Amino acid sequence: MGKYIEMIRIRFLMMLAYRTNYYSGILIYSINIGAYYFLWSAIYGDKGEIEGLSVIQMTTYIAVAWMARAFYFNNIDREIAQEIKEGKVAVEFIRPYHYLMMKTMQGLGEGIFRLSFFSIPGMFIVSLIFPIEFSAAASTWLFFMVAIILSFIVNTQINLLTGVLTFFFFNNDGLIRAKRVVIDLFSGLLLPISFYPGWAQSVMDFLPFQAISYIPSMIFTEGFKGSAVYEALLFQVIWAAILIIPIQALWIIAKKQLIVQGG
Amino acid sequence: MGKEVIEVQSLRKDFKSHSSRSGLKGAFRDLFTRNYKVISAVKDISFTVNEGEMVGYIGENGAGKSTSIKMLTGILTPTSGTVRVNGMDPHKEREKFVRSIGVVFGQRSQLWWDIAVQESFRLLKKVYNVPDDVYNEHMNHVIESLDIGPLLDKPVRKLSLGQRMRCELAAALLHNPKLLFLDEPTIGLDVLVKLKIRNFLKEINEKYKTTILLTTHDLTDIEALCERVVMLDEGQIIYDGKLAKLRSNWGEGKQIEFQFGENVTGDELQPLLKELDAEWTPGDRPNVYVANVVNEEHVISEVIGRVVAAHRITDIKIHEISTEEIIRNIYEEGMLNG
Repeated sequence: MGKYIEMIRIRFLMMLAYRTNYYSGILIYSINIGAYYFLWSAIYGDKGEIEGLSVIQMTTYIAVAWMARAFYFNNIDREIAQEIKEGKVAVEFIRPYHYLMMKTMQGLGEGIFRLSFFSIPGMFIVSLIFPIEFSAAASTWLFFMVAIILSFIVNTQINLLTGVLTFFFFNNDGLIRAKRVVIDLFSGLLLPISFYPGWAQSVMDFLPFQAISYIPSMIFTEGFKGSAVYEALLFQVIWAAILIIPIQALWIIAKKQLIVQGG
Repeated sequence: MGKEVIEVQSLRKDFKSHSSRSGLKGAFRDLFTRNYKVISAVKDISFTVNEGEMVGYIGENGAGKSTSIKMLTGILTPTSGTVRVNGMDPHKEREKFVRSIGVVFGQRSQLWWDIAVQESFRLLKKVYNVPDDVYNEHMNHVIESLDIGPLLDKPVRKLSLGQRMRCELAAALLHNPKLLFLDEPTIGLDVLVKLKIRNFLKEINEKYKTTILLTTHDLTDIEALCERVVMLDEGQIIYDGKLAKLRSNWGEGKQIEFQFGENVTGDELQPLLKELDAEWTPGDRPNVYVANVVNEEHVISEVIGRVVAAHRITDIKIHEISTEEIIRNIYEEGMLNG
């Protein structure tokens, strides 16, 4: 286990090595939150609430969704694809650890870095500028913590899956890009799932994407109450478990037919 | 000799590669069905390496060196045949197996690019579960012999190639493996760094009886380090034995290089070697010609005598045929029966 914790630390150091990325990230996230805030204020006009969410809940939803994204979001699919394309993955095979596990830990290191140096201070600043409502209930905060950890797991699993597919397609930039759009759209980052038409909502109940953004944001804004919270967390847990299967299967097949590219 | 560290038996690796059809029509057909071609990179090779040996693994580009090293390290699965390294099957017991080997790929870095070298070392120490006292004793020595102490707090991307390579070597030896694979470790390095690396390799080989399998295109590395060479060509072993024997079988003959003080042509020189077991090849500068002769006293004296009598010369050098030329001859002439 020590090696995996060490990897989180290393990733922390690597994030610190690229400070420009860090500053530009803060800027981009602020712009995004600001833009969505004004967009939603315009849509709400003088309506009290839409689909059960008040305008303040909506603003909070947007701010939390983006801040949570800073935690669960990572580029390990792109990194895996690059390491496969450059043949660097060969080096990973001569190490006594599980490559995908190590990649997950790198993602976690990145997530913890952004959460502590980016989301928390960012959230503080955003709450000064825009009207945002924080729940006082400790249970909401606790459920939210569990939910974003699970959303990190589900998102990372989807990234691993996309990354490992590079073994079979050799060049899957298109797939990675498509995956990113699908996640932004179907995870509830841009638009809460409850705003989609009924048929689309029932389709999305069978897809893992709302586990990534919609569930933690809804828990935080108290859009989910009572048993809905437990159902939502169960939804995340089930998807986290299901996704292990295709990842392991693809990984075993990939190892068998691994061709190290470039020498 | 000691116990066997590497045992390879009729090892084979086939790659399936698709060939593109030509033209636009062919490209459309490729969309639906593709032509596959099976290429054998390694064809049924067998050899064993004993503990403490330093073996040079040589061959032209594409001869199958890297592919076989990748099978030995468990990166690639063999198509057929058996591999046992350190008493294990590299692929089946991967995690346990990789703890017992060290690998340096000259062409790709295994250190983390953006962070200081010592952070990479620290991570590897955790990965290989090396206890503090063992680590300190062993690595202090390695760091000192490779002279990388001042580099430890620099990020890898700021190191020169020679500095990076020494750090790579130290990283590969961090867990003090019994077996070390070096895939072109001296590629692109200057003479001083090469010497340092060679001396270091010799030292750890003596101190820990580390077995070393080395591939390189620089035959001076092999000459300096390896008693034994395994030579590959088109996926097959064409020579496996002592380097000295290779030299004595193929290295018969000497080269006499003449620098003429006047303009000469090949045709003018040709009659001078009449009835002698020798022939001319043009040198790399104007008015330089090389006589390739058999290694016999009277032939050498006769050639020099005749040339000196007929032309004015400004310089003369006698070379033994280098290992490089021997290897080149072998590749050009194909299979070796010795």
